[in-house]
This record gives sequence, structure tokens and C-alpha cells, in this order.
Amino acid sequence: MSNHNQPVSPHLQIYRLPLTAILSITHRLTGVFLAFGCMLLVWLLAAAAQGAESYEALAPHFQAWYGQIFMLGFLFSLYLHFCNGIRHLFWDVGYGFELETVDLTAKLAIVMTLVLTFVTWLVGGAG
Amino acid sequence: MAEFTLPANSVIKPGKLFKAAAGVTNIKRFVVYRYDPGSGENPYTDTYEVDMDSCGPMVLDALLKIKDEMDATLSLRRSCREGICGSCSMNIDGGNTLACTQSIASIKGDVKVYPLPHQPVVKDLVSDLTNFYAQYASVEPWMKTDTATPPDRERLQSREDREKLDGLYECILCACCSTSCPSYWWNSDRYLGPAALLNAYRWIVDSRDEAAGERLDELEDPFKLYRCHTIMNCTKVCPKGLNPAKAIAETKKLMVQRKI
Repeated sequence: MSNHNQPVSPHLQIYRLPLTAILSITHRLTGVFLAFGCMLLVWLLAAAAQGAESYEALAPHFQAWYGQIFMLGFLFSLYLHFCNGIRHLFWDVGYGFELETVDLTAKLAIVMTLVLTFVTWLVGGAG
Repeated sequence: MAEFTLPANSVIKPGKLFKAAAGVTNIKRFVVYRYDPGSGENPYTDTYEVDMDSCGPMVLDALLKIKDEMDATLSLRRSCREGICGSCSMNIDGGNTLACTQSIASIKGDVKVYPLPHQPVVKDLVSDLTNFYAQYASVEPWMKTDTATPPDRERLQSREDREKLDGLYECILCACCSTSCPSYWWNSDRYLGPAALLNAYRWIVDSRDEAAGERLDELEDPFKLYRCHTIMNCTKVCPKGLNPAKAIAETKKLMVQRKI
């Protein structure tokens, strides 16, 4: 490399990321969120295992608006990571690399995520 | 380590406007990245109003028209002007492609032209591809054999074996794919990138090459190969319609297959 003063050409600032790339970074972000979210859920389970008193101290937080937002976000992340994970499974064995296929499966993963999240929220969240 | 923002010396400043001559009605604006290594100044973008009535159909036509008629200081690489040499690769309208095969009419609004992303810039649209070429060389892109060549003929290949090289040998090393890859942006010092990996695979599957094992050993590394996360930007931008992501996936499969 010649000149240490050479500027770096712009990248994220100017690149128009295709849907596949957006889904890829979302896959990673939801993965991180799920890892942390799991700790909170384990906390809730541990509280329940300790008895009614500790559970009742914690449960209202999960029922409050911020707890509900967290639960909805967790559900969405879980399904997105799951649906997109299926794409990765196919890719790992060498299938689904054609341009039309990657776009189709990307859209499919997003639609499935929304449907599954919505249905689960209706069925499970109603109680 | 990934750095998502541009360093202070790379932040792009606003530049000049080159207006079209009076009376020109069919105008397209080209916003072009400029950097003058002699100035000590930051890069900036100049805007050129190009008369489309006297301009060819491709972005390269417009850039050369700008250089010929409006601003001779603009620097860019170009040679064949028909998508075979790979010289005029750059970022146009947010995606990497060859300026000579990118039609102007298919771009809505102003045409934004930048050098290939996340590379050191030599001048204007000319980026420094030293690292990219070194990575290509590192996969030893030539036939390696232990056995002697038959004395009476060439090393022959069946039609089927030859077909395995289709979609691989056509790579023109324009670097559109590698410089479109976020993984390559953050780790180009250790990740080989789609172009070099596609070429590595081109030799791994060549039935005449006898060093496939060695080549796989060389790629068995957390960074060189496995920084590919199937983001698919490479395949999306390849101006030759190749599929580096698929070649990388096949290489990963071979890594597993030889262990079982």
C-alpha cells in the first residue's frame, strides 16, 4: 500500500443493501437479542420455580407495556431466526443460491415470520 | 475490527457544480466522487450536468464525455468498454457494477458514482486493488500437478469435467463482488473475499489439477473462507452473472465431505 493518507472509499454510507443483505444482518441481530432475551426468560422461570412470592414480584414486569414489547420482540426474533435459519440449512447443503430463489426465500421467511408471530401472539398472548 | 463510519480523512465534502451549456434541455446529473491525492484535502463529490442528447447510453459514455468536455481532471480506469476487461468497475447508484455495461436510462434521478466501496483511493474513481490482487495470487490460480504430462498429448478432460468450470472460469477480476461484501469490508485483511474464493474453487474442481487437498488445507481457516455468511451481495452484483456465494458453499461442503 502506497500512501498511508489514502482515504477509504465510502461503503455503508452509499451502498444500497439488497433485501438479502438486510435479512442477513437482521438474522445476526435477532440472534444476539435471543441470547440476551433467553436470560430474562430463564429469570422468570427461576422465579416461578422458587415459589409464588418471587414469581408474583417479577411477573407484573412482563405484563407491563415494556415487558409486552419485549415478549413481542422476542417472539418475532425467534421466528425470524428460525425461518431464516431454514434458508441457511439449505444453503449449507448447496441449494437455493439462484438469484430468483434467494429473493423468493427471503420474502417467504419474512411473511412466515409475521404470520407465525401474529398467530402465536393471538393464541398465547390472549390468556 | 469493523469500523462502520469513515475515518476523518475520508469523510466526503460537498464539491462543485458543472452546469450544462445554455440551451441544453435533456440533462442528467452525475454526482461523482472526487479525491485529489496532491491537495491534502478530503474527498468531495462534484456534480456534472450532462447533455443526454449527445451522450452514449452507458454510464462509462457519460464519464468519458465529462472527462473530454467538462472536466479533464477526472480519473477513472477503463479499457474494453464492453464488459470483458473489468477495468471500469465502480459503485453506481448504490451497487457495484461495470460502468460500461450499466445503462444510464435504467437509473432514476441523479446518477451517483463512487469508487469500489471500502478500498483505499488512489485518485477519484481509481481504487487501490493491491490487496485484492495479492489475495487472488494467494490461491495459486494455476494448474498444479504431481504426475508427468502424457508425452503424446495434452492433459485431457471429459466434457462433463469441463462443464464443472462453467460459471467459474469467466471471472474477470473486476472486484465488484469482493468490494460489495460487508464481511470483506470489515475483514479484508484476513478474509479472502468472494472473487479469490471463486477462483480457488475453480482450481479445486478442475479434474486436471492434482492439488485439491492442498488447496483446501490452505483455506481451512476461520477467516480466509469462513467469514462468508451468505449475505449474497457478491452474486447480486457480479456483472458476468457468476455465483461466488455458491462456489464458496461448495468449497465449505468439500471441507466437510473430506472429513467423513
